[in-house]
Amino acid sequence: MGRFLLKRLGLAAITLFLLSVIVFFGTQVLPGNVGRRILGPFADQAAVDNLNERLGTDRGLLTQYWDWLTGLFTGDFGTSLAQNVPVTELIGNALVNSLKLAAFAFVLVVPLAIVGGVVAALKRDRLTDRVITIGGLSLSVVPEFVSGIILILVFGLWLDVLPVSARAPTGASILTQLEYLLLPALTLVILLFGYIARITRAGTIESLDADYTRTAVLKGLPRRTVLKRHVLRNSLLPTIAVVATQTGYLIGGLVVVETLFNYPGMGRLIVTAATQKDMPLLEAAVLVVGTIFLIAMLFADLLYSLLNPRIRYSGAE
Amino acid sequence: MTTIEDPAAPIQIPVRDEATIARGERLRLLVRSPGFILGAILVGFWVVCALFGAMIAPQDPQADDILNKLVAPSGDHLFGTDRLGRDVFSRVLVGAREILITAPLATLLGTVIGTAIGLVTGYYRGLVDDITMRIVDAMLAVPVIIIAFLAIVARGASRLTIILVIGFVFSMIIAKTVRAAVLSERELDYVQAARLRNERSPYIMFAEILPNVMGPVVVEFTVRLGYAIFTIATLAFLGFGADPSIPDWGRDIEQHYAFINGGIWWAVLFPSLAIATLIVGINLIADAIAQTFER
Amino acid sequence: MSAEPAIQMEDLEVVYRVRGVDRPVLRGLSITIAKGESYGLVGESGCGKTTAAFTIMRYLPRNGRVVSGSIRADGADLLTMSEAEVRRLRASTISMVYQNPGAALNPAIRVGDQIAEVFRLRGHDRSESLDRAQEMLRKVQISDPAGGMRRYPHQLSGGGQQRVVIAMALASDPTLLILDEPTTGLDATVESEVLDLVAALREEFGTSVLFISHNLAVIRKMCERVGVLYAGRLVEEGEAETVFTEPRHPYTVGLLRCIPRGGLRKDRDRLDTIPGYLPQLGADLTGCVFADRCGLVQEICRTDEPPLHPLGNGHSSRCHFHDKAAEVPYTASSIPEPGTAPANGDGLVRLEHASKTFSHEGSTVRALVDVDLSIAAGETLGLVGESGCGKTTLARVLLGLTAPDDGSTVELDGRRLAARVVKRDREQVRALQTVFQNPDSALNRRFSVRRIIGRALEKLVGLHGKRREERLKEIASSVRFDERLLSARPVQLSGGLKQRVAIGRAFAGEPRVVVCDEPTSALDVSVQAAILNLLADLQAKEGVTYLFISHDLGVVRYLADRIAVLYLGRLMEVGPAEAVFNPPHHPYTEALLSAVPTLEGEERPRIRLQGEIPSAADPPSGCVFHTRCPRYLGAICEEQEPPLAEVERGHYIRCHIPVDELRRIQAEPPPPRTSARRVEDDELTHGLTGS
Repeated sequence: MGRFLLKRLGLAAITLFLLSVIVFFGTQVLPGNVGRRILGPFADQAAVDNLNERLGTDRGLLTQYWDWLTGLFTGDFGTSLAQNVPVTELIGNALVNSLKLAAFAFVLVVPLAIVGGVVAALKRDRLTDRVITIGGLSLSVVPEFVSGIILILVFGLWLDVLPVSARAPTGASILTQLEYLLLPALTLVILLFGYIARITRAGTIESLDADYTRTAVLKGLPRRTVLKRHVLRNSLLPTIAVVATQTGYLIGGLVVVETLFNYPGMGRLIVTAATQKDMPLLEAAVLVVGTIFLIAMLFADLLYSLLNPRIRYSGAE
Repeated sequence: MTTIEDPAAPIQIPVRDEATIARGERLRLLVRSPGFILGAILVGFWVVCALFGAMIAPQDPQADDILNKLVAPSGDHLFGTDRLGRDVFSRVLVGAREILITAPLATLLGTVIGTAIGLVTGYYRGLVDDITMRIVDAMLAVPVIIIAFLAIVARGASRLTIILVIGFVFSMIIAKTVRAAVLSERELDYVQAARLRNERSPYIMFAEILPNVMGPVVVEFTVRLGYAIFTIATLAFLGFGADPSIPDWGRDIEQHYAFINGGIWWAVLFPSLAIATLIVGINLIADAIAQTFER
Repeated sequence: MSAEPAIQMEDLEVVYRVRGVDRPVLRGLSITIAKGESYGLVGESGCGKTTAAFTIMRYLPRNGRVVSGSIRADGADLLTMSEAEVRRLRASTISMVYQNPGAALNPAIRVGDQIAEVFRLRGHDRSESLDRAQEMLRKVQISDPAGGMRRYPHQLSGGGQQRVVIAMALASDPTLLILDEPTTGLDATVESEVLDLVAALREEFGTSVLFISHNLAVIRKMCERVGVLYAGRLVEEGEAETVFTEPRHPYTVGLLRCIPRGGLRKDRDRLDTIPGYLPQLGADLTGCVFADRCGLVQEICRTDEPPLHPLGNGHSSRCHFHDKAAEVPYTASSIPEPGTAPANGDGLVRLEHASKTFSHEGSTVRALVDVDLSIAAGETLGLVGESGCGKTTLARVLLGLTAPDDGSTVELDGRRLAARVVKRDREQVRALQTVFQNPDSALNRRFSVRRIIGRALEKLVGLHGKRREERLKEIASSVRFDERLLSARPVQLSGGLKQRVAIGRAFAGEPRVVVCDEPTSALDVSVQAAILNLLADLQAKEGVTYLFISHDLGVVRYLADRIAVLYLGRLMEVGPAEAVFNPPHHPYTEALLSAVPTLEGEERPRIRLQGEIPSAADPPSGCVFHTRCPRYLGAICEEQEPPLAEVERGHYIRCHIPVDELRRIQAEPPPPRTSARRVEDDELTHGLTGS
């Protein structure tokens, strides 16, 4: 078990390293001349050279990468080009906001999707199942801005029960904040529900069809006990893995949702940085986002191996 | 006593046995399943629009008419007009074209490359596999959308860039699925039998294994197609769409969603519904296909 | 003993609804099992035996239903029971044990808790349930019951898992215990342990047993009465001894003739086969269900379903011509073809110091240790051993699919073979082919038969076009595969046909050596016979050499000229077939042979091996067999590995006990071992040290 953990951590570290390389070279190399990119094709060459010198982008790529990497370890993420404040400040605030929204969405969607998936599995191939499965999947492939807009139109405009913007007035109570976050969170719920429900359904069906469920039934156990004690324990394992991978979609969804609802989170930060060609901010923000995803995956891996006796207590006698 | 024939000689030849009958039936069930039909209708409608939109549209989608801007839906303008006075209905019809060219191309690119990568890494395993998979995992740690608009920022927005970047990212996702399928196939004995004939690796991968993983590949293609449209529309919404001169659902929404507060809903609702119906249609088809492979 | 039978099925008709049509699976099944009796239900795939079991348990799938008939257990009518009553029935009256015990246990719950559940259901409180569960573990002879309680299923061996399942089933003290292929998939020695356990527990608990299996020898050993099921119909029923020695139904007769028994040898006899195909589950049959394949068939058989004719003494047969059953003619291919000269000369295949070590996450597994073997041209070397013995690794090393450790030599016809098949030349690759165990996995599902064999012809022999097609037809005919089926895909073919294709492919390049890795294990008995005959015929005709791997000793005895016995990667014994099968032989061979039940049902001295097969990652010191050896000699077995010594011409045994001593002591069964490490048997050491 310990060896397994170490191996996982090692792999994650390598992936993280690769990610940093990709992010850095992706943003630095692709545009070619950074100074030119920022100032545009009509700017004076002298100004471009000046900017390059100031930014340090006239040095060799590897040197730049090394500086950047070492900077990260000391907590220096650079300074935002557009706003002239340390990047860490901007990211810090945005991250907190995004985490609030993400957590809210998660708290709503995970139980809902699990229940939906289990119910769909229990009523396999019947109407309830088809509705949940196909309905859920159809909803989740609709782009977030589309479903967001429809929610805004329905609840914000026509029914007028919820606020259209996501940002509550400063100093508002938790409850008010949640009220403002409800529409964006619901948009994310619509995005994530389908896939999580489907994986839960598949896992539950596999569990229901398994021999050990048959044994439990043939022992004379009542249906509820079979379900609770035997089926669910095994069927929810794959769901854990999937919920982690969904963080990737969640973050992607945040980009759009925050833009639509004008919410100052990481997603909107990245879009702004990209449009403004604010390299230091962009690199750091993307790296942070990627790291969070990898951490979520690692965490899911650990949780899975903890809950799966086959991995936790390895080997036969 | 009648002589008994050799035991191997069949008494009745199983010309079409249960399995083949089942396959033919499955296909028939597929085309008759409500999901497939609905999906086909939706997608079919938009394909027709993509092909003949310019001819069907009642008005010129690019024609400005500032005096009539932001007019609610009426007899003249079924879906109302946008902020430049252009007819929303026509724009919606014609907007299908661009996205139905870009998305399939991007998906096809991604599928071909992804399948090749999946086959190679799944078959050879070892170092090649480990390294490739680490890189793939690293790339997939960043959401598709972000990678896509980073590329557009770097290279400028053009149809080609969009196709390339989406194709590239999708190839990573598809590679993972294909690799998983290949991993289980290569354990089967017919692969060992091929090795025992000293077949070369490319032959084993493409002639023996590939036909057996085509099922998942086809399903992935259809699913990814939906996501390609999803991504392209989202990119346009975020302001990273290509060619502003072509009617584009995503961009139209981007330019008009601020007006919702003022009660202008038609300029965003109809393009939104267009996107939604197209994607849902494709997904219904994808789901129906996946179901047949499952049975 | 109450007069009420444990279970009574009367005229049971069960159907499955497939694509809108009702398919008959059980036709008028009537079986009565008395209290305390053991009844065997025998049949091949698709006969409906598992359906019978599930019908009793009221566990038919959604599309199955009972059309007519009744089942009474202990007096109560099963078919009219409510949900709650059915649950009570399962919890207290009828229990079931089936195949694949690993899957039958919940991987996420500790073993002890799973057994305790049964007691909780009967109203005991938590701690009492746990105590009783532990007691059950002791009864099923799990070593260290207290520790066993806390284990998860994957931490137990196959045999251990099955014991746990049996413990769960008997925990409710049922009136009837149903066993559905409980030992299929278990090693021979483990199987016999489990069967002995079932027999002992049956005595102790007084439970009736319904034992379902395709293995007639096992049924013979375990059951008092037997019923033969074919296409959902009971075609013969009676006392086990009577039915197996004086069968009165053509199917039973045919079945018994299919089985290779001691005494049958490929050069003297061919196994009899039953012509035609096994009907699919739910096939539509009019008249006698066996008419299509029966050698005694007449007009009346096709029109009138025969009734069950009572033959006295509880024996009955469903055949119009039951008195002539024994005269069913033998099928044409039972006359062996004239053979070419038998094996002689030096080894065509030679393995010297063949070893293979796998390292996995820190631990090393020595799958093969210093194996020396040679196979002469035209002979069949049978390779036997239980799981983990290394027989598959040996085959893979020979074939070049796995590279052996340095220092190993593999030779074909005097020339050294490269470790990996990619480095071997075309001649060598052609000469060494294989037939796999599982025909579903061995044939590419997307290819037609024509392409499968055709490709082999192209690649190995270099044939194309018309010549390829001609040769293809030749091969099809030599494996008796109908030409008209050449365009078919594997999924359309039965198991036997698929295996013929696999054999055809292996023989496409006219190989000199064919490795047969359990080629008939996945096939039904009647199909197996045809395939074995085919292999024997091909050998006689082409003079090909076989390395025949099997866990079925009866099959090996029929086909093999010489036999090699492996245990934990080491060669324990090798020699001519008859020499190995009779004393003096290695104690492991002795135990293996005594573990296999035979049809003759002779009371052979039962040698019980203690403990489980050790893990290959941590083998015992000295002689690896010493921890379980019934003829354990003394400390020497623990300290020194015995050399492989030639005890007679061509017969080698790896044991410290001298052959004369072996000959003497193996005339009687050994005294039982009390523990894994025995204190010296006085008599034995006296015999040794005294001289």
